[in-house]
Amino acid sequence: MDTIFALASAPGRAGVSVLRISGPGALAALGAFGVSNPVPRETMLRILRDDAGDVLDQALVLYFDGPRSFTGEDVVELHLHGSPAIVTSTLRILGTLPGVRMADAGEFTRRALENGKMDLAQVEGLADLIDSETEAQRRQAQRVFSGKLGSLVQEWRKDLIRAAALLEAVIDFVDEDVPVDVRPEVRNLLEKMDKSLTSQARGAAVAERVRHGFEVAILGAPNAGKSTLLNYLAGRDAAITSAVAGTTRDVIEVRMDLNGLPVTLLDTAGLRETEDEVEAIGISRARERATQADLRLYLLEPGETPQFELDGDDIILAGKADLTGDANGISGETGQGVPQLIERITEVFAKRTAMVATATRERHQHAILRAIQDLTQARAMLDDPRYSEDLIAEELRSAIRALDSLVGIVDVESLLDEIFSSFCIGK
Amino acid sequence: MKHAHFDVVVVGGGHAGCDAAHASARVGAKTALVTLKMDGIGVMSCNPAIGGLGKGHLVREIDALDGVMGRVADKAGIQFRLLNRRKGPAVQGPRAQADRAIYRREMLAEMTSFPGLSVIEGEVVDFLMDGAAVCGLILADGSEIRAKSVVLTTGTFLRGIIHIGDQHYSGGRMGDNAANKLGERMDAFNLPLGRLKTGTPPRLDGRTIDWSKLEEQPGDEDPVLFSFLSNDLHAKQVSCGITHTNEKTHQIIRDNLSRSAMYGGHIDGVGPRYCPSIEDKVVRFADKSSHQVFLEPEGLEDHTIYPNGISTSLPAEVQEDYVRSMVGLENVTILQPGYAIEYDYVDPRALDLRLGLRDVPGLFLAGQINGTTGYEEAAAQGLVAGLNAAHQSLGLDPVTFSRSDSYIGVMIDDLTTRGVSEPYRMFTSRAEYRLSLRADNADQRLTPKGLEVGLVGEARKAAFGHKMEELAKGRDLLESRSVSPKVLNENGIKVGEDGKKRSLYQVLAFPDVSVADLVAIEPELADLSTATQEQLQKDALYATYILRQEQDAAALRKDEARGIPSDFDYHALDGLSNELKMKLLSVRPSNLAQAGRIEGMTPAALALILARLNRERRDKSA
Repeated sequence: MDTIFALASAPGRAGVSVLRISGPGALAALGAFGVSNPVPRETMLRILRDDAGDVLDQALVLYFDGPRSFTGEDVVELHLHGSPAIVTSTLRILGTLPGVRMADAGEFTRRALENGKMDLAQVEGLADLIDSETEAQRRQAQRVFSGKLGSLVQEWRKDLIRAAALLEAVIDFVDEDVPVDVRPEVRNLLEKMDKSLTSQARGAAVAERVRHGFEVAILGAPNAGKSTLLNYLAGRDAAITSAVAGTTRDVIEVRMDLNGLPVTLLDTAGLRETEDEVEAIGISRARERATQADLRLYLLEPGETPQFELDGDDIILAGKADLTGDANGISGETGQGVPQLIERITEVFAKRTAMVATATRERHQHAILRAIQDLTQARAMLDDPRYSEDLIAEELRSAIRALDSLVGIVDVESLLDEIFSSFCIGK
Repeated sequence: MKHAHFDVVVVGGGHAGCDAAHASARVGAKTALVTLKMDGIGVMSCNPAIGGLGKGHLVREIDALDGVMGRVADKAGIQFRLLNRRKGPAVQGPRAQADRAIYRREMLAEMTSFPGLSVIEGEVVDFLMDGAAVCGLILADGSEIRAKSVVLTTGTFLRGIIHIGDQHYSGGRMGDNAANKLGERMDAFNLPLGRLKTGTPPRLDGRTIDWSKLEEQPGDEDPVLFSFLSNDLHAKQVSCGITHTNEKTHQIIRDNLSRSAMYGGHIDGVGPRYCPSIEDKVVRFADKSSHQVFLEPEGLEDHTIYPNGISTSLPAEVQEDYVRSMVGLENVTILQPGYAIEYDYVDPRALDLRLGLRDVPGLFLAGQINGTTGYEEAAAQGLVAGLNAAHQSLGLDPVTFSRSDSYIGVMIDDLTTRGVSEPYRMFTSRAEYRLSLRADNADQRLTPKGLEVGLVGEARKAAFGHKMEELAKGRDLLESRSVSPKVLNENGIKVGEDGKKRSLYQVLAFPDVSVADLVAIEPELADLSTATQEQLQKDALYATYILRQEQDAAALRKDEARGIPSDFDYHALDGLSNELKMKLLSVRPSNLAQAGRIEGMTPAALALILARLNRERRDKSA
């Protein structure tokens, strides 16, 4: 029996978000957040940690050991602070645990019912509940199949059916007129599938970013004019600026709205070799935050090469243009080049936002991540002749099942249709 | 007028009928098998072969339950091949060309020698009724056979029509009469009927084939037999030949398409997509310039050749033209022209999981009458229907099979839940628990159940017990010994130095490790027989997957245990869409698992059904 979870409170920004986990793996799931030995039926304030061990939230944790719970199974409730970011991370981590998945509509109710946890009055009220759950699911499905994602999902379905049908054809129709080796075609299909799913999964991450804002890290050697630029952008003295190199020792954040996009600017310690212990910590922190940021702006000194590895969209500008007189440079003193910079940043982020399709619902994100896992396994097996088609087909089936909330049910008839229309079967 | 009394009477001596009658007799019911003709017992109407992919699995399952098909096929087998030999054991299927005459002879011997089983020659024309329930049969000579339950296995005989070109006439099989009177009598039951068709190729005289020009397909060097109890081949082994159609063949067919019964609009029935006629192949795959044709001998003493791959309903003279256009067949004589046959089937959604008709108590159906095709599918249904007819007559509990325990369970669930849109044939891809439901472990899966319900005799019980002891011993040896990666690498088994200790059973799951490779680490393994070693390896190979599937299977079995009465009132369920209500009413699922497989069902809708079931149970106990 799978362990299931779902948000029990309304999604979105709220004071407290309640997440319910039910099933034999509920305790283990709690353990995955670094919480062990909960006392049954007692409210506990505990630190939840993510998979990297970082603090996720301080949450109220409740544990009900089955059968004395509302489903009759082991149940864990997490009362999280209502930030969408915290909720999303928590759901994401739950979705990666083995044997744990997001609940389908009506599933908690069904388990409660099976375990004799509902009285007659509750049963009478069930119809309305199911109506609304079904309606919600229907609306969600409609959203998937309309618009851009709709055609993408159709493509996935087609490719999955084709790949599975090829594998099944060489299994079930040996002796018939089917290709001897279907692995190259299956490999191509799965690679394409994997790319598309991965970009979609990333897209969903971007959607999350849009809610909380993008991060831009300003980097450069000490005294390159980073803090001056930040202050100019922020329109207030957010970072202390001085002519002394190494003034900014910690990371300073300023949230702002750039052409309607929520952006957080990070002012970081100047990058240089240093003996100063505190400054060294600041520099290492600067590097860490800069790596995690969505975009990096490097202010270059004349004749300097960047002291940081930069990515494709990252921006390099000559700083302190007021002093150097560089016409293409930027200055936080005079504001030279600032409108162009803002335009460039918003352009980059607007592009990333456009990449995000509409598959932002966590359910889809989970489905996609599971499917990617299975497909990765299937692709590894395809390249290893010791693995026979029956095992590869099993991984593929698992991927298809994971995606069925998106692509619809793919059953044996879908595969047989594809096989009989592609190959001349019949000896 | 003659009268006779039986517990169970089975109508039809084909593959479904034989395994039905034998199963019924095995569980101790006094059983009669009624056949039109004594020499109609065990006839292979279509190609002379048993088994294959999915089908071979069914034969093994029948054998694991002590049924007859496997051991008769072993006696009649003249060419054995294990299909997919180079793929995983889960998808390997045993197959054999069978000598028709030996098959019939051996099947007749099985039917006439089993205590408690009588074979009666005669044509069934009517049912004896007790209210709405069937309680026996009336034969054409007026004699009556009373029985507590009846199994009908009439194959393609119900309103069968044979088509050759624009000629058509009533018939159940070439040379046999259709069962029309019974068909009319069945109308009174108001069963949902449909029409299907199937086809056969012309039969050729092997003495007029130039074999020297043809590619030869021999059997396996180490034949794999069907029955877990068989050890040796019985009949001499022969090869099949392979020839191909060519452009000239296709031209002849294209030129005469309008004369084909199928293309001339004479046939309404739906044919199987996996067994298209040569007309279909030429039309639908117009870009293919050649199709392969297997020339299968029908027997050692019989010069008839079955050309597999060119079934047809073209006129006889066109058949001769196109057959002679192929290499090796230039001067061939046709012994019997190919034909298409149309017949009635009963929508299997009218059946419960025992293959009993829900609305006609006492009447069970098995085989082609349920919309399936294939000897193996028929025999497997026969076994289930015969077993349950006997249990009903003897006042014992129904015996049902699950998708998680057998291909038999998969087939019966597919039929009764989804019905058929073309003749239903088994494929391994129909089984979602394919890695657990293997031909090699059919006995481990089903023999214990067979023993429990009284199907399995003493000889098999002893052999199975011995085998399981050996396997348990071997498995114990493998599981009790855990070794480090270092030890494995020292013994030539490559594994990453991850510091993880593994049991030898886990090591055996590596795709290229055999028991022999582990003997150096655990010398006692050498004492196990080769068969045991091989079986352990097959069991271990899929162990991790099976563990994963076992969770799903457990949930499935839980839902299967939740029976839904056939008179369950779906209309009274608020909150269920009308569309779903209609679907549920047409399928009338036997349990919650089956309900869940109906298209469009959600966990929410299932919860609603469950709530109602719980309330009814509570109301009853209150």
